[in-house]
Amino acid sequence: MNAHVTATQSDPILTVSNLAVHFGGLVAISDASFSVAKGEVVSLIGPNGAGKTTAFNVISGFLPATHGEVIYNGRRMGGLKPHEIADAGLVRTFQKTSVFGNNTVLDNLMIGLHRRGSGSVWETLLLSPRIRRQEEEFRDEALQLLEFVGLAHRSAELAGSLAYGEQRLLEVAVALAADPTLLLLDEPACGMNPTEAMAFRRLLAEIGKRDITVLLVEHNMRMVMGVSDRVVVLNHGRIIANGPPAEIQQNPQVIQAYLGHGPKHA
Amino acid sequence: MSNISKWVIVLLLATVPLWVTNQYQLHILIMMGIFTIGAMSLNLLLGYTGQLSLGHVAFFGIGAYTTSLVSLGFDLKLTEDYTFVFAPKPAWFGVICAIVVAGLCGWFVGKLSFRVRGAYFVIVTISFAEVIRLVALNWVDLTEGPMALNNIPSLAFTIPWADSAALSRRIANYYLVLAVAVISSIIIQRLVQSRIGRTMVALRENEALAKSVGVDVTRSLVLAAVVSAAIAGAAGALYAHYVRIVDPDVFLFIYTVTMVIMVIAGGKGTLAGPLVGGVIFGILPELMRGHMLPEVQWIAYGAIMILIVFFLPEGIVPAVQRWWAGFQRSRQSKMNPHSRANKASPREAAQ
Repeated sequence: MNAHVTATQSDPILTVSNLAVHFGGLVAISDASFSVAKGEVVSLIGPNGAGKTTAFNVISGFLPATHGEVIYNGRRMGGLKPHEIADAGLVRTFQKTSVFGNNTVLDNLMIGLHRRGSGSVWETLLLSPRIRRQEEEFRDEALQLLEFVGLAHRSAELAGSLAYGEQRLLEVAVALAADPTLLLLDEPACGMNPTEAMAFRRLLAEIGKRDITVLLVEHNMRMVMGVSDRVVVLNHGRIIANGPPAEIQQNPQVIQAYLGHGPKHA
Repeated sequence: MSNISKWVIVLLLATVPLWVTNQYQLHILIMMGIFTIGAMSLNLLLGYTGQLSLGHVAFFGIGAYTTSLVSLGFDLKLTEDYTFVFAPKPAWFGVICAIVVAGLCGWFVGKLSFRVRGAYFVIVTISFAEVIRLVALNWVDLTEGPMALNNIPSLAFTIPWADSAALSRRIANYYLVLAVAVISSIIIQRLVQSRIGRTMVALRENEALAKSVGVDVTRSLVLAAVVSAAIAGAAGALYAHYVRIVDPDVFLFIYTVTMVIMVIAGGKGTLAGPLVGGVIFGILPELMRGHMLPEVQWIAYGAIMILIVFFLPEGIVPAVQRWWAGFQRSRQSKMNPHSRANKASPREAAQ
């Protein structure tokens, strides 16, 4: 994947410049700038409370930025509503498990597919052939995506009744259904057991092959170091390191942020 | 339920005036039908988008007043020397106006509450209904206030086999109500089983997730409010042309409560729920009337409601569906104990 990255490095799909987010007097992000190139897998890591989820919320339009801006595909995202940003192809998942619990797994995907379709109210009420066809295409597409994430055998179950790890997979499938160009994953492997986490890494690799750029927030360091082309480290609302995983692992500032600066016992 | 069984039920309902000739019983059925249409429209908001409109009767009343004013005509003194005169128009035109005006009001309420959800949406809708009621009560020049609008023309057509004019009128109204109910349920069914309807359910289930996949939840809430209000307006128009007198009491809170009870007891978010709830709570008070004193009646009514909510919290229809699915499964596993229970949904089986 690295070769691909160097080829497109000059072509960032997402640029976050001088981003600051204040909640009253509390500074969640003080000054953060980073970019994600097309086709890259970038991880955003940092200790708890570093501002990772806040950054996600701003990028996806759920929170307004205090300063700075987010540019996606050459377009300013500031002021756009979350659904408009998603409609531009920037799709996120949530840290807390988030599915449409009382809908079947298949229907969850059908909702996710929403922005790929069209149809006025009149067409819908008259049940035009085009609408019928679209419904069938949606169903096929949904089943294919379920196959892709390995949940096809669960399609008729209620999403809320799935096991935790399966719900996390479903979340990713719903996000994929929305046809993202840039996918923001907020701790997708949180709460997965090691087997599920391994399966999820394979899924991430498959997602990369689909030409989807991934920005990942994750605490599972093995996964982060394994899948990322680049790692951005956030601490106390500011970026302290930005580079390939091997370099990040050696960075004294990063080690300090994670382990503190007491006397070393080792 | 399959489409065929639905049309069988409609056909059965169409034969009702052939064997129910008691005018009072027909009257009960007509009123039940009108409120069931109201409940169906409320279900679109409450059951599918998950937003409780406790001012739903406002749309019903707006429909009733609009069609009455259009078909009776009215004068409105705008300035000292200019009076706007609106000549009476045919009743069917009044009904169309009622649907449009109620729909516009639904759009207004939907827009007004573009950011408010849950309890705040409830407050917005209650306030809206109360304001409309006060307008109807106090704008005497237009609405006659508590003196009521009288002699509203009937929509009725002649029924050849009815042996009296009064019976003919009731039968005609029965068919009108049935027709509007069928059309409304087709509209609601097509809407909720579509890409648009899924966005309404998405709003109910998980608004943040819906937004994150590009669903404009505000738009789907506004749409649900418009369709819901328009159908409630149609029900109100039928009411006005049937009862032929409209006063500010059509805005009474108890009517909203009746519709909410019909939806919740029947099963919110299901197509059949408000129909079942409407039939039960439309007929129940009448059945009890023959056997109980009014005071006892209300207590019994309350007790039945509490029992339904307590034992069938999701409503009657979902409970029956689950019971039926369980029954089918157990029968299948009895017949073929080695095969795994067939859990495939009908939709999947049709693939």
